[in-house]
Amino acid sequence: MTNRLDQEMQFHQTALNLRAYRQQLLSSNIANADTPNYKAKDIDFTKALTGALNMRMGPIALATTNAGHQQGKVASPFDSLAQYRNVTQASVDGNTVDMDVERAAFAENALHYEASITFINGLLRSMQSAMQNQ
Amino acid sequence: MSMLNVFKIAGSALNAQSVRMNTTASNMANVDSVVGPDGESYKAKQVVFAAKPIGGTADSIGVQVKEVVDSAAPMRMVYEPANPAANADGYVEMPNVNVVEEMTNMISASRSYQANAEVMNTARTLIQRTLSIGQ
Repeated sequence: MTNRLDQEMQFHQTALNLRAYRQQLLSSNIANADTPNYKAKDIDFTKALTGALNMRMGPIALATTNAGHQQGKVASPFDSLAQYRNVTQASVDGNTVDMDVERAAFAENALHYEASITFINGLLRSMQSAMQNQ
Repeated sequence: MSMLNVFKIAGSALNAQSVRMNTTASNMANVDSVVGPDGESYKAKQVVFAAKPIGGTADSIGVQVKEVVDSAAPMRMVYEPANPAANADGYVEMPNVNVVEEMTNMISASRSYQANAEVMNTARTLIQRTLSIGQ
Protein backbone atom coordinates (compact mmCIF):
# COMPACT_ATOMS: atom_id res chain seq x y z
CA MET A 1 0.00 0.00 0.00
CA THR A 2 1.98 2.98 -1.24
CA ASN A 3 0.30 6.34 -1.49
CA ARG A 4 1.78 9.58 -2.77
CA LEU A 5 3.25 10.52 0.62
CA ASP A 6 5.05 7.19 0.97
CA GLN A 7 6.50 7.45 -2.53
CA GLU A 8 7.89 10.89 -1.79
CA MET A 9 9.62 9.60 1.32
CA GLN A 10 10.78 6.22 0.07
CA PHE A 11 14.07 7.31 -1.46
CA HIS A 12 15.21 9.21 1.61
CA GLN A 13 14.00 6.46 3.92
CA THR A 14 16.06 3.86 2.05
CA ALA A 15 19.10 6.14 1.98
CA LEU A 16 18.77 6.80 5.72
CA ASN A 17 18.52 3.08 6.47
CA LEU A 18 21.64 2.36 4.44
CA ARG A 19 23.52 5.24 6.09
CA ALA A 20 22.61 3.85 9.53
CA TYR A 21 23.77 0.41 8.46
CA ARG A 22 27.07 1.80 7.16
CA GLN A 23 27.54 3.74 10.41
CA GLN A 24 27.23 0.45 12.25
CA LEU A 25 29.81 -1.28 10.03
CA LEU A 26 32.26 1.60 10.45
CA SER A 27 31.82 1.65 14.24
CA SER A 28 32.56 -2.10 14.26
CA ASN A 29 35.77 -1.37 12.38
CA ILE A 30 36.79 1.36 14.81
CA ALA A 31 35.95 -0.83 17.83
CA ASN A 32 38.10 -3.66 16.47
CA ALA A 33 41.13 -1.52 15.58
CA ASP A 34 43.26 -3.58 17.99
CA THR A 35 41.76 -7.04 17.44
CA PRO A 36 44.17 -9.49 15.77
CA ASN A 37 42.98 -10.90 12.43
CA TYR A 38 39.92 -8.62 12.23
CA LYS A 39 39.09 -7.63 8.64
CA ALA A 40 37.53 -4.21 8.05
CA LYS A 41 34.20 -4.14 6.18
CA ASP A 42 32.34 -1.45 4.27
CA ILE A 43 29.61 -1.11 1.64
CA ASP A 44 29.71 0.43 -1.83
CA PHE A 45 27.04 3.02 -1.08
CA THR A 46 25.98 3.84 -4.65
CA LYS A 47 25.62 0.20 -5.60
CA ALA A 48 23.86 -0.61 -2.32
CA LEU A 49 21.36 2.24 -2.72
CA THR A 50 20.57 1.29 -6.31
CA GLY A 51 20.10 -2.31 -5.25
CA ALA A 52 17.93 -1.36 -2.27
CA LEU A 53 15.70 0.94 -4.37
CA ASN A 54 15.18 -1.80 -6.97
CA MET A 55 14.54 -4.34 -4.20
CA ARG A 56 17.53 -6.32 -5.42
CA MET A 57 18.87 -7.27 -2.02
CA GLY A 58 18.63 -10.03 0.51
CA PRO A 59 18.85 -13.72 -0.25
CA ILE A 60 17.55 -15.34 -3.43
CA ALA A 61 14.17 -16.97 -2.79
CA LEU A 62 14.48 -20.74 -2.57
CA ALA A 63 11.82 -23.13 -3.87
CA THR A 64 10.42 -24.91 -0.83
CA THR A 65 8.28 -27.95 -1.56
CA ASN A 66 8.16 -29.23 1.99
CA ALA A 67 7.36 -27.55 5.30
CA GLY A 68 10.76 -28.64 6.64
CA HIS A 69 12.77 -26.86 3.90
CA GLN A 70 14.93 -23.92 5.00
CA GLN A 71 14.30 -20.47 3.56
CA GLY A 72 17.95 -19.42 3.35
CA LYS A 73 17.39 -16.21 5.32
CA VAL A 74 20.10 -13.81 6.46
CA ALA A 75 19.80 -11.91 9.72
CA SER A 76 19.61 -8.44 8.16
CA PRO A 77 18.50 -7.43 4.63
CA PHE A 78 21.80 -5.57 4.14
CA ASP A 79 24.00 -8.49 5.19
CA SER A 80 24.87 -9.43 1.63
CA LEU A 81 26.08 -5.89 0.81
CA ALA A 82 29.04 -5.67 3.18
CA GLN A 83 32.42 -6.32 1.60
CA TYR A 84 35.93 -6.57 2.97
CA ARG A 85 38.04 -3.46 2.53
CA ASN A 86 41.24 -3.55 0.50
CA VAL A 87 44.35 -3.44 2.65
CA THR A 88 46.20 -0.13 2.45
CA GLN A 89 48.98 -1.09 4.82
CA ALA A 90 49.38 -4.66 5.97
CA SER A 91 49.96 -5.23 9.68
CA VAL A 92 51.67 -8.20 11.30
CA ASP A 93 48.63 -9.31 13.34
CA GLY A 94 46.38 -9.63 10.26
CA ASN A 95 44.20 -6.63 11.19
CA THR A 96 43.14 -4.52 8.19
CA VAL A 97 41.63 -1.52 10.03
CA ASP A 98 43.19 1.79 8.98
CA MET A 99 42.07 4.19 11.72
CA ASP A 100 42.39 7.33 9.55
CA VAL A 101 40.27 5.87 6.76
CA GLU A 102 37.64 4.62 9.20
CA ARG A 103 37.34 7.86 11.14
CA ALA A 104 37.12 9.93 7.98
CA ALA A 105 34.46 7.61 6.56
CA PHE A 106 32.58 7.69 9.88
CA ALA A 107 32.51 11.50 10.01
CA GLU A 108 31.52 11.72 6.34
CA ASN A 109 28.76 9.16 6.77
CA ALA A 110 27.40 10.99 9.82
CA LEU A 111 27.18 14.21 7.78
CA HIS A 112 25.36 12.42 4.97
CA TYR A 113 22.94 10.97 7.51
CA GLU A 114 22.17 14.44 8.87
CA ALA A 115 21.79 15.73 5.31
CA SER A 116 19.20 13.02 4.60
CA ILE A 117 17.29 14.04 7.71
CA THR A 118 17.37 17.67 6.59
CA PHE A 119 15.95 16.61 3.22
CA ILE A 120 13.14 14.68 4.90
CA ASN A 121 12.35 17.65 7.13
CA GLY A 122 12.25 19.94 4.11
CA LEU A 123 9.96 17.54 2.27
CA LEU A 124 7.58 17.38 5.22
CA ARG A 125 7.55 21.16 5.53
CA SER A 126 6.73 21.71 1.86
CA MET A 127 3.97 19.10 2.03
CA GLN A 128 2.54 20.82 5.09
CA SER A 129 2.51 24.20 3.40
CA ALA A 130 0.88 22.64 0.32
CA MET A 131 -1.90 21.33 2.54
CA GLN A 132 -2.66 24.65 4.24
CA ASN A 133 -5.82 26.38 3.06
CA GLN A 134 -4.63 29.85 2.38
CA MET B 1 17.76 -0.35 14.67
CA SER B 2 21.37 -0.28 13.57
CA MET B 3 22.03 3.10 15.15
CA LEU B 4 21.37 1.66 18.61
CA ASN B 5 23.79 -1.18 17.84
CA VAL B 6 26.50 1.45 17.38
CA PHE B 7 26.13 2.20 21.10
CA LYS B 8 26.64 -1.44 22.03
CA ILE B 9 29.63 -1.81 19.69
CA ALA B 10 31.38 1.33 20.93
CA GLY B 11 30.49 0.38 24.52
CA SER B 12 32.11 -3.03 24.20
CA ALA B 13 35.23 -1.36 22.81
CA LEU B 14 35.34 1.14 25.69
CA ASN B 15 35.11 -1.76 28.12
CA ALA B 16 37.85 -3.78 26.40
CA GLN B 17 40.21 -0.79 26.15
CA SER B 18 39.76 0.05 29.83
CA VAL B 19 40.64 -3.55 30.76
CA ARG B 20 43.78 -3.13 28.65
CA MET B 21 44.54 0.15 30.43
CA ASN B 22 44.09 -1.56 33.84
CA THR B 23 46.50 -4.32 32.83
CA THR B 24 49.07 -1.76 31.75
CA ALA B 25 48.66 0.06 35.06
CA SER B 26 49.24 -3.20 36.97
CA ASN B 27 52.35 -3.94 34.94
CA MET B 28 53.78 -0.45 35.41
CA ALA B 29 53.00 -0.46 39.15
CA ASN B 30 54.73 -3.81 39.62
CA VAL B 31 57.82 -3.09 37.55
CA ASP B 32 60.01 -3.56 40.67
CA SER B 33 57.93 -6.12 42.63
CA VAL B 34 60.30 -8.93 43.58
CA VAL B 35 57.67 -11.05 45.31
CA GLY B 36 54.06 -11.37 44.11
CA PRO B 37 51.06 -12.76 46.03
CA ASP B 38 51.98 -16.33 45.05
CA GLY B 39 55.54 -16.04 46.40
CA GLU B 40 57.04 -15.75 42.90
CA SER B 41 58.07 -12.54 41.22
CA TYR B 42 55.40 -10.68 39.21
CA LYS B 43 54.93 -11.62 35.54
CA ALA B 44 53.78 -9.00 33.02
CA LYS B 45 50.16 -9.50 31.90
CA GLN B 46 48.90 -8.94 28.35
CA VAL B 47 45.26 -8.85 27.18
CA VAL B 48 44.07 -10.71 24.07
CA PHE B 49 41.21 -9.08 22.13
CA ALA B 50 38.67 -11.01 20.08
CA ALA B 51 35.81 -9.85 17.84
CA LYS B 52 32.35 -10.57 19.27
CA PRO B 53 29.03 -10.43 17.38
CA ILE B 54 26.43 -8.27 19.13
CA GLY B 55 22.66 -8.66 18.97
CA GLY B 56 22.66 -11.88 16.96
CA THR B 57 23.61 -10.30 13.61
CA ALA B 58 26.79 -11.01 11.68
CA ASP B 59 27.45 -7.36 10.87
CA SER B 60 27.43 -5.67 14.28
CA ILE B 61 30.73 -6.77 15.67
CA GLY B 62 31.95 -5.55 19.03
CA VAL B 63 35.13 -6.46 20.83
CA GLN B 64 35.80 -8.41 24.00
CA VAL B 65 38.78 -9.38 26.11
CA LYS B 66 39.24 -13.06 25.33
CA GLU B 67 41.89 -13.73 27.95
CA VAL B 68 44.65 -12.18 30.02
CA VAL B 69 47.91 -14.05 29.50
CA ASP B 70 51.25 -13.91 31.32
CA SER B 71 54.06 -12.52 29.19
CA ALA B 72 56.50 -15.21 27.95
CA ALA B 73 59.46 -12.83 27.99
CA PRO B 74 62.44 -13.94 30.13
CA MET B 75 62.60 -12.55 33.67
CA ARG B 76 65.00 -9.68 34.32
CA MET B 77 67.96 -10.97 36.42
CA VAL B 78 69.63 -8.29 38.55
CA TYR B 79 72.89 -8.87 40.45
CA GLU B 80 72.17 -7.87 44.06
CA PRO B 81 73.88 -10.25 46.53
CA ALA B 82 72.70 -8.29 49.56
CA ASN B 83 69.03 -8.73 48.67
CA PRO B 84 67.33 -11.45 50.78
CA ALA B 85 65.50 -12.67 47.62
CA ALA B 86 68.79 -13.30 45.76
CA ASN B 87 69.58 -16.83 44.57
CA ALA B 88 72.80 -18.76 45.26
CA ASP B 89 74.69 -16.79 42.60
CA GLY B 90 73.54 -13.44 44.01
CA TYR B 91 70.97 -12.70 41.27
CA VAL B 92 67.45 -11.43 42.00
CA GLU B 93 64.63 -12.39 39.60
CA MET B 94 62.80 -9.16 38.66
CA PRO B 95 59.50 -8.90 36.73
CA ASN B 96 59.66 -9.17 32.92
CA VAL B 97 57.83 -5.84 32.48
CA ASN B 98 59.06 -3.80 29.51
CA VAL B 99 58.34 -0.18 30.44
CA VAL B 100 58.66 1.14 26.87
CA GLU B 101 56.22 -1.47 25.61
CA GLU B 102 53.77 -0.63 28.40
CA MET B 103 53.94 3.09 27.65
CA THR B 104 53.12 2.57 23.96
CA ASN B 105 50.37 0.14 24.95
CA MET B 106 48.90 2.76 27.26
CA ILE B 107 48.93 5.48 24.60
CA SER B 108 47.38 3.14 22.04
CA ALA B 109 44.64 2.11 24.50
CA SER B 110 43.82 5.71 25.43
CA ARG B 111 43.65 6.80 21.75
CA SER B 112 41.33 3.90 20.91
CA TYR B 113 39.20 4.75 23.94
CA GLN B 114 38.89 8.36 22.76
CA ALA B 115 37.97 7.29 19.24
CA ASN B 116 35.20 5.03 20.51
CA ALA B 117 33.90 7.68 22.90
CA GLU B 118 33.65 9.98 19.88
CA VAL B 119 31.78 7.30 17.94
CA MET B 120 29.28 7.12 20.79
CA ASN B 121 28.80 10.88 20.84
CA THR B 122 28.18 10.97 17.09
CA ALA B 123 25.66 8.12 17.33
CA ARG B 124 23.83 9.98 20.10
CA THR B 125 23.61 13.15 17.99
CA LEU B 126 22.32 11.17 14.99
CA ILE B 127 19.65 9.42 17.04
CA GLN B 128 18.51 12.74 18.47
CA ARG B 129 18.24 14.21 14.97
CA THR B 130 16.27 11.16 13.84
CA LEU B 131 13.84 11.56 16.72
CA SER B 132 13.21 15.19 15.81
CA ILE B 133 12.17 14.48 12.19
CA GLY B 134 9.10 16.48 11.28
CA GLN B 135 9.21 18.85 14.23
